[in-house]
Amino acid sequence: MANLSYLKALNRAIADEMARDPAVCVLGEDVGVAVTNVTAGLLKRFGPDRVLDTPISEQAFTGFATGAALAGMRPLIEFQIPALLYLAFEQIADQAHKFSLMTGGQAKVPVTYLVPSSGSRPGWAGQHSDHPYSLFAHVGVKTVVPATPEDAYGLLVSALREDDPVVVFAPAGAVGVRADVDLAALGPIPLGLGRIHRTGTDVTVVAIGQHVHDALAVAEELAEEISVEVFDPRTLHPFDWTGLGASLDRTGRLVVIDDSNRSCGIGAEILATAAEQLRLTAPPRRVTRPDGTVLPFARALDLALQPNREQLRTAIRAAAKSTWEA
Amino acid sequence: MPDPAALYHTVRLIRRFEQRAIELVHSGEIVGGIHPYLGQEAIAAGVCAALRPQDQITSTHRGHGHVLAKGADPARTMAELAGRATGLNRGRGGSMHAADFAVGILGANAIVGAAAPIATGAAWAAARTGADRVVATFFGDGAVNQGVLLETLNLAALWRLPVLFVCENNGYATSTRTEAAVAGTIAGRATAFGIPAATVDGMDPEAVLAAATTAVAAAREGLGPSLIECVTYRFDAHHTWEHAARPRYRGEDELARGRSRDPVAIQGARVPAARREAIDAQIEQVLDDAVRFALESPHPDPAGAARYLYADGSHTRAGAL
Ligand SMILES: Cc1ncc(C[n+]2csc(CCOP(=O)(O)OP(=O)(O)O)c2C)c(N)n1
Ligand SMILES: [Mg+2]
Repeated sequence: MANLSYLKALNRAIADEMARDPAVCVLGEDVGVAVTNVTAGLLKRFGPDRVLDTPISEQAFTGFATGAALAGMRPLIEFQIPALLYLAFEQIADQAHKFSLMTGGQAKVPVTYLVPSSGSRPGWAGQHSDHPYSLFAHVGVKTVVPATPEDAYGLLVSALREDDPVVVFAPAGAVGVRADVDLAALGPIPLGLGRIHRTGTDVTVVAIGQHVHDALAVAEELAEEISVEVFDPRTLHPFDWTGLGASLDRTGRLVVIDDSNRSCGIGAEILATAAEQLRLTAPPRRVTRPDGTVLPFARALDLALQPNREQLRTAIRAAAKSTWEA
Repeated sequence: MPDPAALYHTVRLIRRFEQRAIELVHSGEIVGGIHPYLGQEAIAAGVCAALRPQDQITSTHRGHGHVLAKGADPARTMAELAGRATGLNRGRGGSMHAADFAVGILGANAIVGAAAPIATGAAWAAARTGADRVVATFFGDGAVNQGVLLETLNLAALWRLPVLFVCENNGYATSTRTEAAVAGTIAGRATAFGIPAATVDGMDPEAVLAAATTAVAAAREGLGPSLIECVTYRFDAHHTWEHAARPRYRGEDELARGRSRDPVAIQGARVPAARREAIDAQIEQVLDDAVRFALESPHPDPAGAARYLYADGSHTRAGAL
């Protein structure tokens, strides 16, 4: 058993895939000295031909990765902050994502976009604190949000092996997580497969990213009162509707905790699909950021707008008690 | 040339403000750290000395120097860094977003290069009403590789707008050396669009002031934008997280060489010792007051966390029922 940190898991996944497949290369700002730690040691081990420090030119190097992928490479791009995805959005949503269909299946674009710290970090304020995974799920780019070190390893390995573009969001609130794992047992985890972290019979909590850990803590607190099942979809697009459906067959009650803005966040999609197609014996609920959130700088204001355990507890209790008629 | 003591006052104020702010980062009063401006003080001081009160600026993630030089109150600036309700942005912006529209600061920006088009649009809007206003936009060497900056240079030149592009070439974008990221030259980026460009000693406040004065005069005369590349050196961390993480991208020798030309010392040598000491003492007083004001100010009320989201004051749905 080794004590593996989340960031080290990402680092290991990239190194293992680079060792296995010479087409895997890394692009990004300051990846050589590894300011985020995710690319630590890669430059030394694989050389500047496969680990490229880029100028601050996100739009260009994102499109560049698409071209390299069309020519047989499997680039991973590290974006230091989530907002950089906005700068490169056209290159991802409108270029990389569309090549396969628009070329009638001639082209594939195996690029992985990794944000090693997405969501609020204390003191980083409005332009560095978004957690925009729902935007990519909406567009239809494969979107992964690992919550644990093992999942971070396994999902990043799979993302790098995918023939389509994949965005991987490492939540700032989860990158500090460590776990005791058997390193030899680490392996790819298929995209599109959820994970039940805790079984329960009364309420299914779908928790995303860092909120998996909040959901587990709340489930434990409520254990005497309500039996909570914690379901982590891990991949938001494609979503494991089968896995969620099976959980709701057991519980019939749904609460989602999602660090997206409320309107059109992935939580909205989960509630809508559950209402349309899955078994619900009570109105579903969600805990999200408010509509249109811009996180303010002062810590107390920032925290006031993020989903929290108190809100989750309240939502679980309400879901456990209510029925459609009530 | 204005009084050398005025420029000395500005560089010294910025230097000591940043040092006090770093102390508050280390003591935990400033959350999230800062990008210290240490070493680059001459640029903010020289450029802002060439501006008039009605002129405007945009700033960067490394923005405290610009904001102070343009005339923001040090106490309310420090309160902003400490996230207090009395801060310039009422605690909503923090270190990377300090704004004070009352003194012509359209805001610091946390996205590299993003402020340049904003400054240029503001310059256009002012010019079309006949207002006598120049807008200066500060950015780093890293920003010259952003497409938006190049697009903005083109617009500003095409429409002859009263903008001053100020590039602070401090040798690095985080850990990446300027030479490793910039093909051609920074000044050449401007001249390619027909924009006059000067490369100046960014360690000398008077050299910066001279270049900025020429550029601002041209803008006022309707001759359009200019770019000045100020060659400088970042004395401290890219961001204060480096104080703990200590990434290695430049050696002690280089640091010592870079710090050997110090803008505060350069300008200080032009001011009689007695005058300098009086200025220093006055600044200590101002900063003692600023830190006290910041730390004694109330924190903003979390009940108002979503306030100011929309200009019309409208509210949106909360994140939980
Ligand atoms: C568009 C964009 N890309 C990346 C970042 C992350 N980042 C913040 S500061 C910085 C380096 C900026 O270098 P430079 O423009 O030279 O300014 P300096 O930090 O040297 O003052 C980077 C890469 C960002 N904020 N915005
Ligand atoms: Mg720089």
